[in-house]
Amino acid sequence: MPSAPTPATEVRTDAAAAPRKASRRFDPHRFGPLLGLALLLVVGTALNPDFATWDNLMNVLTRTAFIGIISIGMCFVIISGGIDLSVGSMAALIAGGMILVMNALAGSIASPVAVVAIGMVFAVTLGGGFGLMHGYLITRGRIEPFIVTLGTLGIFRAVLTWLADGGAITLDNSLSDAYGPVYYASLLGIPIPVWVFILAAVAGAVLLNRTPFGRYVQAIGSNEQVARFAAVDVDGVKLLTYGLLGVCVGIATLLYVPRLGSASPTTGLLWELEAIAAVIVGGTSFKGGEGRIAGTIIGAVLLSVISNILNLTSIISVYLNAAVQGCVIIAVAFLQRRRP
Amino acid sequence: MTDTANITRRVVLGAGLAVAATAGFGGFARAADSVKLGVCIPAATHGFTGGIVWWANEAKKELEKAHPNLKITIKTASGAPEQANQLQDLVTVTKIDSLVIFPFESAALTQPVAQAKKKGVYVTVVDRGLTDTSAQDAYIAGDNTAFGRIPAEYIAKKYNGKANIVALRGIPTTIDNERWDAFTAVTKQHPGIKILDAKYANWNRDDAFKVTQDYLTRFKDIDVIWAADDDMAFGVLKAIEQAKRTDIKEVFGGAGSKSMVKTILDNSNPLIQADVSYSPKFIYDAIKMTAEARLKGGTLPATHILPSALITRDNAKEYYFPDSPY
Repeated sequence: MPSAPTPATEVRTDAAAAPRKASRRFDPHRFGPLLGLALLLVVGTALNPDFATWDNLMNVLTRTAFIGIISIGMCFVIISGGIDLSVGSMAALIAGGMILVMNALAGSIASPVAVVAIGMVFAVTLGGGFGLMHGYLITRGRIEPFIVTLGTLGIFRAVLTWLADGGAITLDNSLSDAYGPVYYASLLGIPIPVWVFILAAVAGAVLLNRTPFGRYVQAIGSNEQVARFAAVDVDGVKLLTYGLLGVCVGIATLLYVPRLGSASPTTGLLWELEAIAAVIVGGTSFKGGEGRIAGTIIGAVLLSVISNILNLTSIISVYLNAAVQGCVIIAVAFLQRRRP
Repeated sequence: MTDTANITRRVVLGAGLAVAATAGFGGFARAADSVKLGVCIPAATHGFTGGIVWWANEAKKELEKAHPNLKITIKTASGAPEQANQLQDLVTVTKIDSLVIFPFESAALTQPVAQAKKKGVYVTVVDRGLTDTSAQDAYIAGDNTAFGRIPAEYIAKKYNGKANIVALRGIPTTIDNERWDAFTAVTKQHPGIKILDAKYANWNRDDAFKVTQDYLTRFKDIDVIWAADDDMAFGVLKAIEQAKRTDIKEVFGGAGSKSMVKTILDNSNPLIQADVSYSPKFIYDAIKMTAEARLKGGTLPATHILPSALITRDNAKEYYFPDSPY
């Protein structure tokens, strides 16, 4: 942290934080991502009437669920001033690991449902473990989060590729049938992954805005030294943010696996960038200190709506798909920019 | 089941490589009729390259057993610069006299390969051609034109020149363009065949799933989906299953992966009736052809295109390799 830990800094931070909080309610920039999403929905419906059908919207929300749930965890890490580049590789390794565990258990445990349940617990535990390992290396090992997670980005994917022998790890058919509903079934017309996504979002918002932990995360992100002087257990809180992100990756993965029933070296490719983009597009400061769960959710949905619209139309060359995505991301970021 | 088997195989292969390296140094003074063959291939990062690595090791096992005076050293690289370094090591340290290389990138590897050839190494290039063909002695590749032409002809014949097709494309590359051009060249001759759209799904199951979901939302009447790759076909099938669509009559993948060929053999999915071969086995053929020609002191034809063939239930058995990872 560049600023010296003097009382003056503390006063300044407090003073800056207070009016910002007060002005939040009236800040039109806060609604930038929502405005962008609303515009995209109008454009999408105008280009192809099928866009506005319930089935299509549920398709989009279901496929957003993975990135969305990960970006909720990522939001905490970024607000605390950290970063995690490994989430895509981590998801791939958890997916491969849980499939191998489930396939191995299928022989000894008769009930496929029990096997799947064990697999799910394994996924979340493994994710949490990986996250805590990151946190430990970052806080106790004093290594930059960028480097730690860049390292594990390579490690996780390489281990998966090795386990898969370069091919794919596929779930046994009997388990696939038992597990399939976790992705494909619906409750009250809304697919299960979307329900989990909604629950995770509500839990994330409560945790960030209504608990001491959430306040500590924001305090550390806006000024780590000050937080330390205010007797916040900086290392402990940081460790937990990475653990929390790991758990989110685990949950996202246990929803992902039943979709294709397999993990391959291309699983979760570039998820880290999508999750980070969702967080930043949603109005969280890349420098940390301030962020919003609601914005993050909108950011994640917005990113998948863009590619959905591009798939539903063919007005521009497919070679330019990524360019359209890039333009929308920059435009939305502009709408929600902070004034200096 | 494969876990212990894999580890055992790795240990065995690792030991084999170590022995080969030692023998390479020790055998320096041996008769001139020994051949030291270097093999440079991409590391196993997805199904297809996983198959390449497996087939290269199969070739090494079989050929070294059959020819005691042959030493094969296999190097896998995850990028063009790494591959260039490995090539240099093979030439200066392992002192290879023959090389089979699957270049990571055509342009970047042309100079390093030319350097090796200048030192007297016999060079066989596989799959991706070099930008300067004088740097290679022989070129062996799969037939990308047939990869696109065969499915198009198959669909045209089976559906009497009348079908609504949606297509998936791979990653924007010359290989993908060749396949796509060959496919559309055939479909253009049949006015009844309509290609509704073609989008990139990056030779990737997840992207294929998403793109297909959106195709199914957008088009209410589809006869055939040309998935153009067996991995992508996997995602396509899941999306169709989810949408419970019954209008789609067929999904055509590509490459002849183990699981797809098995599906055709067992007739276990009515949507999968045929495939086109583009097997990573060509690396095996290339190593075998090069090694045997060099042991006899002969050379290979300048260009050798391994044909791609239509796989149906009648001939699927010939394309089914249960031990290969792909």
